[in-house]
Amino acid sequence: MNSFFKYFSDIFHGVKSLLIGMSVTGRYFFSPGQIVTQQYPENRKDLQMFERFKGEVILIHDANNQHRCNGCGICENNCPNGSIEIISARVPGEDGKPKRIIDKHIYHLGMCTFCGLCVKNCPSNALGFSQEFEHAVFDRSKLNKVLNKPGSSIIKGVE
Amino acid sequence: MTFNIYDFTSFTTWIDQSLNSLMSPTLALITEMVIIGVVFLLFYAVVGLFLVYAERKVCAFMQNRVGPNRVGPYGIFQTIADFIKLLMKELVYIKDSDKLLFNIAPFIVIIASFMALSAIPFAKGLHAIDFDIGILYVIAVSSLGVVGILLAGWSSNNKYSLIGAMRSGAQIVSYELSVGLSLLTIIVLAGTMQFSEIVEMQSDGWFLFKGHIPAFIAFVVFLISSTAETNRGPFDLAEAESELTAGFHTEYSGIKFAFFFLAEYMNMFLVASIAATVFLGGWMPFHISGWAGFNTIMDYIPPFVWYIGKTAFVIWLMMWFKWTFPRLRIDQLLTLEWKYLLPINLVNILLMAFLVLMHWHF
Repeated sequence: MNSFFKYFSDIFHGVKSLLIGMSVTGRYFFSPGQIVTQQYPENRKDLQMFERFKGEVILIHDANNQHRCNGCGICENNCPNGSIEIISARVPGEDGKPKRIIDKHIYHLGMCTFCGLCVKNCPSNALGFSQEFEHAVFDRSKLNKVLNKPGSSIIKGVE
Repeated sequence: MTFNIYDFTSFTTWIDQSLNSLMSPTLALITEMVIIGVVFLLFYAVVGLFLVYAERKVCAFMQNRVGPNRVGPYGIFQTIADFIKLLMKELVYIKDSDKLLFNIAPFIVIIASFMALSAIPFAKGLHAIDFDIGILYVIAVSSLGVVGILLAGWSSNNKYSLIGAMRSGAQIVSYELSVGLSLLTIIVLAGTMQFSEIVEMQSDGWFLFKGHIPAFIAFVVFLISSTAETNRGPFDLAEAESELTAGFHTEYSGIKFAFFFLAEYMNMFLVASIAATVFLGGWMPFHISGWAGFNTIMDYIPPFVWYIGKTAFVIWLMMWFKWTFPRLRIDQLLTLEWKYLLPINLVNILLMAFLVLMHWHF
């Protein structure tokens, strides 16, 4: 008798779970507004990438052309494929002692795998990802970028 | 000549008479056969191409995607482009394959679906052969396709093909039973196997409503088992691309692969049109007995549109199944048939017979 009831409850549970699945796909079918596909070349003008999208590594500059990088080189050490080169310089600080600043933060986009280890390991949160993703250029040398903008300086108190 | 989209009988008799006045009866008969053959070939190609496109679009919408949208507006020429690509592909010679069977197999599959198509009533008077055992003929002929699938698997000299073909054989032999029995339920109600009469009897209500509970159960069982019979998902373990690369048509390329592909979609169309004819009234408009005004309005929609609409609905249902449910394992497949569908079906036939006996149907 028990197996008899089990037989029918199996059928009803099966049908019920199938109907639940069908209701999900049926809802998707009748609501095309939920389509997540971006039709890229057509919507290039107004395409909004997601904030967490890993486009390329940038050195974040504020409105005063100041960044938070002190040239420690931890990003260079952490990069698995050597796409970051740090060239630091020494300038006399306010207290007279020589102080290390970033001279050139060189980023080889062509070698980068966008793993994000540099961004994650930066002790002063100077690095970040931009949402730019159209990286194609006609010359390989254009992929080697200097991330700190000319004339930029470090934000006071970060070093 | 009187051409009437509500009744093609006068149109077909006009063709018949004018052919007979031009040539001898034998020659006229042969000409008519050729004409019908060409019409079916064209219909086959158009429906096959459209169904592939429809499948891809439906699947895309069910997965929140856009689907083909590059070739032509909304991608409607995508399948034509695919078909041209398939036509131009090389027919790869398979080492140690059984050449004769290997080449024959796709034709067996496609001929089986072709033959079954001839018995389907498309509209009033638009019916190639009206057998008085139409349903039996369609069941018998459409299951010939499995021979082609078995031959394709056997002659390919490939273990995956063979496994796929054997699974397909086991599956079709089992599910053929449920298809037959669920149609038998309706035959009990209709009292005939002739398609034209079955459609005619549904002029005051479709069998799905006339036979209420047992007809509905039979409809559901028919949908499930016919999906299995056409080797479509979730019962597509004959081709199971993740396990068997492509099952029985692994070794086929170019136009021979296209034949299998077309035959699969054509079988789906066939099964859907049988479901539409037997359960949903075929080309018969939606009538409610007693509502004369409503029935006249419904009669203004041409029968061919009704037929295509109902078939498209059933095809959409089958696509909905395919893109919702995960694939069954072979033992689950056979359990579903022999332990669930078959007993339900047998009890259902008894129920229907009792209903007809007591005149409890509408």
